[in-house]
Amino acid sequence: MKKSFLALSLLTSLSTLADTQTYLKAAIEQRFYFQDALYEQQHNSDISVFIEPELYYSWNQGTGSINIKPFVRYDSRDDERTHWDLRELVWMQIGDEWEMRAGISKVFWGQTESQHLVDVINQTDFVEAIDGEDKLGQPMVQFSLIKDWGTLSAFALPYFRERTFTGVEGRFRSPLVVDTDNPLYESEDEEKNLDWAVRYFQYFGDVEIGLSYFDGTNREPGFIPQTTEEGLSLRPYYEQMQQTGLDMLAIVGGTLYKLEAIHRKTSQEDFYALTAGFEHTSVGVLNSHYDIGWLMEYQYDERGEQATSLGQNDLMLGSRIVFNDIDGTEVLIAYIQDLDDSSSRSGYVEASSRINNNWKWRLDGWFFSSDTQTEPTYLLRRDDYIQFSLEYYF
Amino acid sequence: MMSKVSISHVAVLIITAVLLATPAQVQSSEQKGLEIAEERKARDRGWGDSQADASMILRTASGQQIERKMRMKSLEMQDDGDKGLTIFDQPADVKGTAFLNYSHAIEPDDQWMYLPALKRVKRISSRNKSGPFMGSEFAFEDLSSFEVAKYAYKYLRDEKINGMDAFVVEQTPAYEHSGYTKMVVWIDKEHYRAHKVEYYDRKGSLLKTLTMHDYQQYLDKYWRPMKLSMVNNQNGKSTDLITHELTFRTGLDEGDFNQAMLKRAR
Repeated sequence: MKKSFLALSLLTSLSTLADTQTYLKAAIEQRFYFQDALYEQQHNSDISVFIEPELYYSWNQGTGSINIKPFVRYDSRDDERTHWDLRELVWMQIGDEWEMRAGISKVFWGQTESQHLVDVINQTDFVEAIDGEDKLGQPMVQFSLIKDWGTLSAFALPYFRERTFTGVEGRFRSPLVVDTDNPLYESEDEEKNLDWAVRYFQYFGDVEIGLSYFDGTNREPGFIPQTTEEGLSLRPYYEQMQQTGLDMLAIVGGTLYKLEAIHRKTSQEDFYALTAGFEHTSVGVLNSHYDIGWLMEYQYDERGEQATSLGQNDLMLGSRIVFNDIDGTEVLIAYIQDLDDSSSRSGYVEASSRINNNWKWRLDGWFFSSDTQTEPTYLLRRDDYIQFSLEYYF
Repeated sequence: MMSKVSISHVAVLIITAVLLATPAQVQSSEQKGLEIAEERKARDRGWGDSQADASMILRTASGQQIERKMRMKSLEMQDDGDKGLTIFDQPADVKGTAFLNYSHAIEPDDQWMYLPALKRVKRISSRNKSGPFMGSEFAFEDLSSFEVAKYAYKYLRDEKINGMDAFVVEQTPAYEHSGYTKMVVWIDKEHYRAHKVEYYDRKGSLLKTLTMHDYQQYLDKYWRPMKLSMVNNQNGKSTDLITHELTFRTGLDEGDFNQAMLKRAR
């Protein structure tokens, strides 16, 4: 009797301490390309919609929780871009100085803005955007210790996610389409190779340091040309890699200095790469309410022209203007110049503002230019676009 | 030996008595201002930690009005500025965004923003504390905790405010990058609560006026205004910061104010 009463009161107290939160993001996006497409199957405009609901349920004052976040996109032109993903389906348990996550989740590592060398846990959802900021949900078990001496996290990653690539009708591709149905792996276990990683992070006042190590399937594929009944295509090949990463941030006066450096080793090669730069923000420029931030980052890859990343010896210059108005208006303009090849450059613009509590507009534009056939930017030389989005949040 | 000590004791007593008898003549307005500030801080010491549900009502000069909703966790620090964690609930596009702040008296604050879509914690350059908070008329420095070391003080006069006897004190920010050259603060004599603050910009002209309304007492000691009303005297915009619910000593400690906590703030 006493026991059941205790159990009942425990249950009641648990349910009163439970919490459910819902989030929703959806958008309709219209893209216009400035130049005629390079390949006949491609189009000069594109309309697309996506929806991303999220449900968070926690119990016992938030010490236990689950989070579910599916994502679905429909694209009017590219079948490969019409896709869905479980961004998150994760159970989290937290204690005084530890946390544990199991399920599908997303992790971000690093400090720089122009590219994310250190951040290797999640695969890039490349059909989403050319900037590579969108990620696929990664199956993982994570355990972190949160101590005075820093945060130490260990990750076991039991299943690999392949990178998404645009299809025949999509833009941003080489003359040969990537055959995403037939990937090749170095590991005998293929996508079931058990990857693992550790990360240490600490904050010392004006300096932050992160150290990471990853051993497993390289998220960046190589490509092997193949001939099938449909013609020539590229098979993605995923090697094994060991990557050591360092990321740092230091504040000096009103300036943030940022550094990311990696050493990556595969059976084929062994190289260093880094991104280093600064961000300086001036508040209340010319007695206005505007904040203007100046960004400069240098990108280096020891492999030079063989680099799979866009930034092998490149300089990014950018400016972020924050209007500090009720609508939260922001504009970011960036320009990236290849220092080895003056004809290779790219730039982008991102602007957004609120319409009301639930609606927001956004404008994104990308511009690419290159005369050099060996440059990755050369493939994108006719893919300049501007995209207008109407976003709904709830 | 004994007599020497007693003579010096007597001398000290006499001097003290003279000082006590004629404080107005001896005490400078700077000293009096500092004493008021120290008493104000002393009366607010020991609140520990708090959690609040709050709204900000932003109004433009043309009358457009928008509400922001947030939850705020605060931790009192003994020899430093307080720590704060703010979770935004409205507008919907920033729902889940969280802001962590370690405030310091005369150093830049340490600030981080958590962006849930990217799962990324971004350090913010906080040297300039005069930047607006969430597009409101409140600057970051207006919302940080009151620390004695933040200002130089000068007692100006006695004046009545809202029917209460009050001190009027001028505060000059000690922080090099403050957005203000001075502030004039009205503090009631009974409870040492601020009721009105005038902020003067770098050119020395009146920029903003803050008024505190509906003071409530917590734990039989600590007074908190349920409404802060900031009016920009130069552009006609205003922001009300309204506290809907406030609870003290909820068991928060420093472990609730770190980056790991910021990432899982809900």
